[in-house]
Amino acid sequence: MRAVFNKTLLEIAKKDPRIHMVLADIGYGEIEPFRDTFPERYYNVGVAEQNMTGVACGIAMEGNIAVTYSIANFPTLRCLEQIRNDVCYHNANVKIVIIGGGVSYGPLGMSHHSTEDISILRALPNMVVVVPCDNYEAEAATHAMIEYDGPLYYRCGYKGEKDIHSGPVDFKIGKAITVREGKDVTLMFAGPIGLNVLHAAEMLEKEGISCRVVSMHTIKPIDKDAIKDAAENTGGIITIEEHNLSGGLGGAVAEVVCDEGLSPKAFKRIALPDVNVALIGHQEWIREQFGMSAEGIAKQIKETLK
Amino acid sequence: MKQCKELAKQIRIDSVRMTNHGRSGHVGSMLSMADMIAVLYEKILNVDPKNPKMPDRDRFILSKGHAGAAVYSALAAKGFIPKDWLMTYYCDNGKLMGHISHKVPGVEFSTGSLGHGLPVAVGMAIAARYAKSNRKIICMSSDGDMNEGSTWEAIMFAAQQKLSNLTLVIDYNQVQALGHSEEVIDLRELKPKLENFGFAVKEIDGHNLEEIYEAFSNLPIMNDRPSAIIAHTIKCKGIPALEDTVKSHYGFIPDDEVEAIIKRIEEEE
Repeated sequence: MRAVFNKTLLEIAKKDPRIHMVLADIGYGEIEPFRDTFPERYYNVGVAEQNMTGVACGIAMEGNIAVTYSIANFPTLRCLEQIRNDVCYHNANVKIVIIGGGVSYGPLGMSHHSTEDISILRALPNMVVVVPCDNYEAEAATHAMIEYDGPLYYRCGYKGEKDIHSGPVDFKIGKAITVREGKDVTLMFAGPIGLNVLHAAEMLEKEGISCRVVSMHTIKPIDKDAIKDAAENTGGIITIEEHNLSGGLGGAVAEVVCDEGLSPKAFKRIALPDVNVALIGHQEWIREQFGMSAEGIAKQIKETLK
Repeated sequence: MKQCKELAKQIRIDSVRMTNHGRSGHVGSMLSMADMIAVLYEKILNVDPKNPKMPDRDRFILSKGHAGAAVYSALAAKGFIPKDWLMTYYCDNGKLMGHISHKVPGVEFSTGSLGHGLPVAVGMAIAARYAKSNRKIICMSSDGDMNEGSTWEAIMFAAQQKLSNLTLVIDYNQVQALGHSEEVIDLRELKPKLENFGFAVKEIDGHNLEEIYEAFSNLPIMNDRPSAIIAHTIKCKGIPALEDTVKSHYGFIPDDEVEAIIKRIEEEE
């Protein structure tokens, strides 16, 4: 996904001279084409994420689009106050991009897991939060990110993700995409974990459980209509995300359910538990430990629908 | 320089009145930079009250946002905002919040938490260079602001980028929130530090209007690097009983002392 993001951004930047990249010494093997094509619009501030974000804000406030880019929590939590006070308060046209959402960087350890970002970023006024799930969404989301005027958080996957969609998608910020139809339950996911969700839905179909599968690629603003439709026209809502249980996609959907007075027949949030993940292993193995393999998700869905 | 002297007096008087009326603090931080703010708005900054968003205006960023009332005073004097806004400072439904705000015409950027001004000023300097504009970017920092890691991150990067259109001004009054700076974080000789980080540095008496004007009208100091002006100042300059005190960072001038203090400021030569 990161390769798709970088390739797409480069193509857009060829036509849009407002786009600047501001890095904090991260991006080896991916950002070189942008650096070499647009040296006058490429800045490496060194290992200094607070300055990266402040500099990006200053560049953006002068009529440009500034993209900050790093891995995991580095361009979000490390410089959260710069995002809040500088970018969001001034509604600056800064795009905050992370590579490695969730536990993509599994064995690198807790410091490199981005598992609270959705919750924290969506709490900031003016911030849009986008979580593409595969290469098709990654490409379309990059276009949408640049077309949108204002602060936006783009939570990218890592590399080698298999596609969930079968072709290019009609990606609109705030408008969920239905991956497959079903009636017994709606599975709402965000990000590459969606592949396990889709596989779980395929397994359950063989057992006679029909699942609607929806990519909630925008957490903020959330697609209320999709949630309302799922609550009223399917047998319940289950959210799945590679994120802490607190305040992520599941929390955002639950807020809509409560605020809109919806009464889904079943409701569950599948997410990482509220712990610091100290297990050593790769992404898929860590997912499995927390019941988020395709089989684990299918099992939790069945238990919820009992 | 007469106009600068008058504006400096007005900034001091407004700062005393506004903080008294609003029951707020930081009067010492306002008075220590009053002379520099006066020279900047009277003689240096290319800004237009009729067109506050003029594209090629100079950008002034106050990183020590707690002293914003002094800038509001200058903006009122120069016609950016109505003078009657000043007494709404820090008040319910007021026009002017305690820390400097970009919602006010003439203010480039909101600060209040320290360490935010210089990185943004660096970004604006990069954007000015990209736009091939000769506008100046000036950022006013303080003792406390110079404690922040993000300020030093921005110093390193500004030097790396050789941003000669950027000037960092340090209102170096040697007092910060919980004590004199030598007791909190002693930056000792700041000039060689900044020079080693890649800045061209000039030290001035931050209360001498001629010296201030001379320094600001000869920027950049060197053509291949950013400039820094270390202004040696006195916290709460103009109110002798509070000069160089930590106390002047907090509270306001009591009602029964305001008029005598203002009279003294007015009469000062």
